[in-house]
Amino acid sequence: MVAFNYTITDEVGIHARPAGMLVQEAKKHPETITLKTAKGSADARKLLAIMALGVKQGDEVTVEVSGENEEETAKILQEFFSANL
Amino acid sequence: MEKYTGKKVFNGVAIGPILFYSKEQGQVVRRHVDDVDAELSRYEAAKAKAVEQLGELYEKAVQEVGEVNAQIFEVHSMLLEDDDYNDSITNMITTQEINAEYAVAMTGDHFAEMFANMDDEYFQARSADIKDISDRVVSILTGKGNNGDLGEEPVIIVAEDLAPSETVKMDKSKLLAFVTQLGSTNSHTAILARTMGIPALIGIEIQKEWDGKLAIVDGKEGILYVDPDETTIMEYRKRKKEEEERNELYQTLKGKETITQSGQKVHLYANIGNVADLATVLMNDAEGIGLFRSEFLYLESQDYPTEEEQFQVYKRVAETMAGKKVIIRTLDIGADKQVDYFDLEKEDNPALGFRAIRICLSRPEVFKTQLRALFRASAFGNIAIMYPMITSVEEVRQIKEISSAIKAELQEAGIPIGEVEEGIMIETPAAAIISDLLAKEVDFFSIGTNDLTQYTLAIDRQNPRLDPFYNAHHEAILRLIRMVAKNAHEAGIWAGICGELGADMELTETFLEMGIDELSVSPGCVLPIRKIIRDVK
Repeated sequence: MVAFNYTITDEVGIHARPAGMLVQEAKKHPETITLKTAKGSADARKLLAIMALGVKQGDEVTVEVSGENEEETAKILQEFFSANL
Repeated sequence: MEKYTGKKVFNGVAIGPILFYSKEQGQVVRRHVDDVDAELSRYEAAKAKAVEQLGELYEKAVQEVGEVNAQIFEVHSMLLEDDDYNDSITNMITTQEINAEYAVAMTGDHFAEMFANMDDEYFQARSADIKDISDRVVSILTGKGNNGDLGEEPVIIVAEDLAPSETVKMDKSKLLAFVTQLGSTNSHTAILARTMGIPALIGIEIQKEWDGKLAIVDGKEGILYVDPDETTIMEYRKRKKEEEERNELYQTLKGKETITQSGQKVHLYANIGNVADLATVLMNDAEGIGLFRSEFLYLESQDYPTEEEQFQVYKRVAETMAGKKVIIRTLDIGADKQVDYFDLEKEDNPALGFRAIRICLSRPEVFKTQLRALFRASAFGNIAIMYPMITSVEEVRQIKEISSAIKAELQEAGIPIGEVEEGIMIETPAAAIISDLLAKEVDFFSIGTNDLTQYTLAIDRQNPRLDPFYNAHHEAILRLIRMVAKNAHEAGIWAGICGELGADMELTETFLEMGIDELSVSPGCVLPIRKIIRDVK
């Protein structure tokens, strides 16, 4: 498993639109992708679960990736986070 | 006459009869089903139909309110496909052997409640989105539900709450205003109302008895009058008429080119000072943003805004404008705009002092952070960068050295950047006078007439005692503008005006005659100026 931390800069946090984009991105990869925050964790393929975490600007999230191409997928996700969140 | 006060969503006046809008869905009844598989297929079919409807709504919304605001319907489709949502529904159908509509309604309530209990206002508002998608599926399953038909006469819609899909579905020609009891000024429906330009109020205790009564919505003051008296009606008729005349102008000129009858084209852009102004830019159909003042990022912050914070803002502006030009002016702090953490010394004469590009070139780390953010954002739209307070060719060369280094740095790191025009503000007499030399160094000029006038006439606009000496149309200013335009064209670059003079309608024809290529004005002036230009022979 590989993991990285990311601090949310978007002013409304992980709101509906970027959460939707994250789900679309996560569905492209066969690896298991989990989002962890101080409040709990969510499967990155599940929109409602991600939104229910209520991640706000300034919150730190840990993204865990495990599976065959975990290194590469983690890298792609890292780029996704810095571009969209 | 009854008078109620609510929260304002969108300015504007509406007078007309009230239509009390209810979902008319009734209670969803729990029923036992024998054939669980058939019920599951019923659900799947209804969901597929809902996704199809959302696709159509998305298309309609793109036309009416633009892509960014329409995206909510894409999110709705995704929510319908969410695993947890679907698992909950199929589980209830299978294990409890119950009807699909009941399972959908219960699941919708459950998730809506979860969001309603969150401690953040944004996420609380998402509760309405969950309810909206669930109601949609339930309506398909039961074959009931309001189809957005508002009848023959235009009406003021009064409702407990309105879902975004209901708002979009309604026939806009029959819709005078919205008044709702629930909802927030942040809700998607409120945003849609603003974008569609429909007067709206929220937070008013509504009464079913109002149905059919005459009412006035004053979106500007946040007031609803039910059964208004004759004087009030007369007053608002008058206001409404003025508003309609303006709106008529809007409607006829939206989507039209800014071109004179002899075929001279002008790029008509808007000036904005914050991301929140973007809606008014789109509403007024500006062809781009000619001056995006980046100062608010610094003024609203307690410390230097980071590259990432700035990048997010620039990217959002670029994406919202969807390929239209966005000219972002780099930091113009100093003079009348002071920020504590910059720790600037007090000056006797701040207008002639340490400000704008002078700060940037003295503190390159601040400048570089902004440039990196701007170039990174350029990959997401059509960004141009404009440097303020230029007085010499040397300054421009220094700027170009820094900006080239940053571009090279980003390219080396494999970070994509777009094609970025780099230009300067012509707002000092020095820059205007050497504009022939400056034109060889940059991609465009934008004339900042406020400072150019103040520096050329040596008149402080804040001092009312100087008013008798002030002439906004002073021949010296007009000659400088003419010279700048001529020098720009000789060097093959374009010249625009982004100061207040750009919106001075008495000068529009003069600017056309000078060959000014671009005018950037406050969003509300875009359509009136387009009209003037289109009327020029």
